[in-house]
Amino acid sequence: MNRIRILTFLLLPPLLAPTARAVENHPPLANPVLERRYQHLTEEIRCLVCQDQNIANSPAPLAANLRYEVRRLLFAGASNAAIKHYLTRRYGDFVLYKPPVQPDTWMLWFGPFALLFAGMTILLLLLRQKSRLYKREHERTPAS
Amino acid sequence: MKKRSRYLIGAIPLVLATGLLVVLWAGLSHQPSIIPSPLIGRLAPPLTLPRLAHPDREVTPMVFRNHVTLLNVWASWCVSCQYEHPTLLWLKRHGVRILGLDYKDHRIPALAYLKKYGNPYVKVAYDRRGLATINWGVYGTPETFVVGPHGHIRYKYVGPIPLSVARRTILPLVHRLRLDESVS
Repeated sequence: MNRIRILTFLLLPPLLAPTARAVENHPPLANPVLERRYQHLTEEIRCLVCQDQNIANSPAPLAANLRYEVRRLLFAGASNAAIKHYLTRRYGDFVLYKPPVQPDTWMLWFGPFALLFAGMTILLLLLRQKSRLYKREHERTPAS
Repeated sequence: MKKRSRYLIGAIPLVLATGLLVVLWAGLSHQPSIIPSPLIGRLAPPLTLPRLAHPDREVTPMVFRNHVTLLNVWASWCVSCQYEHPTLLWLKRHGVRILGLDYKDHRIPALAYLKKYGNPYVKVAYDRRGLATINWGVYGTPETFVVGPHGHIRYKYVGPIPLSVARRTILPLVHRLRLDESVS
């Protein structure tokens, strides 16, 4: 009995997984290159209604509309950069999951490294001071 | 000298902690559901749609010509739009020209809604599938834009407009735009 239950739990997620991904309301694009670009783009574009989901996975109606727009632009021959530009011009940079590197996001991109550098510098200074004090004491003790 | 430098080093954590506190404090009042529109200051995107009550007629970008106009995105299924509705009627009473944009709706319930709650709009554009409004960066209802007489977007409000915002921000803005951007 217990074994069956465990088996069910193990088998259930893979069985449910296809339905969880099935927010697509269209068959895959006939052109495999476009389909790959479509997959890639929809994973990098944020749904603005449920903001922690990309439009590839969001069941929100707005996400369906944005997927439709991406497909339309792909068919029209737009490049990936052009499609992203099209969306950021309307919704702002927030629509991209990966924020672009620009002055107002420098803090986001480089802040952690700056903090790490500052911490290392302070640590180094403190250690050098400590070792200097230690050395001075050490030199003095045997003499006295 | 030595003592002073030690005080300075001791002050570093305090400065960092204060900085963090300021950032976190600011974060408390930040509402992630309100996304600032990149459209402000730019020309209004194209808007050509059939009208709600007259399917054979169209709303065209000419609708913004020579008037300060509020573009209000709404739907009959939208509960917070009902909440906002008295504010729109108040703005209409104060002489504000409001263009409606019915979003992902059906004609019959939308017309019934306007009959029941009153119609604050001069015209209503009907976007059945919600695809035309992507050009406006609309991601929900209600959303309201203020468009100047030359067709520039000057302001956007996301969510139901409280009466206080209508009185303190939107109405003065409409009056100012009428003077500043008036067409000779």
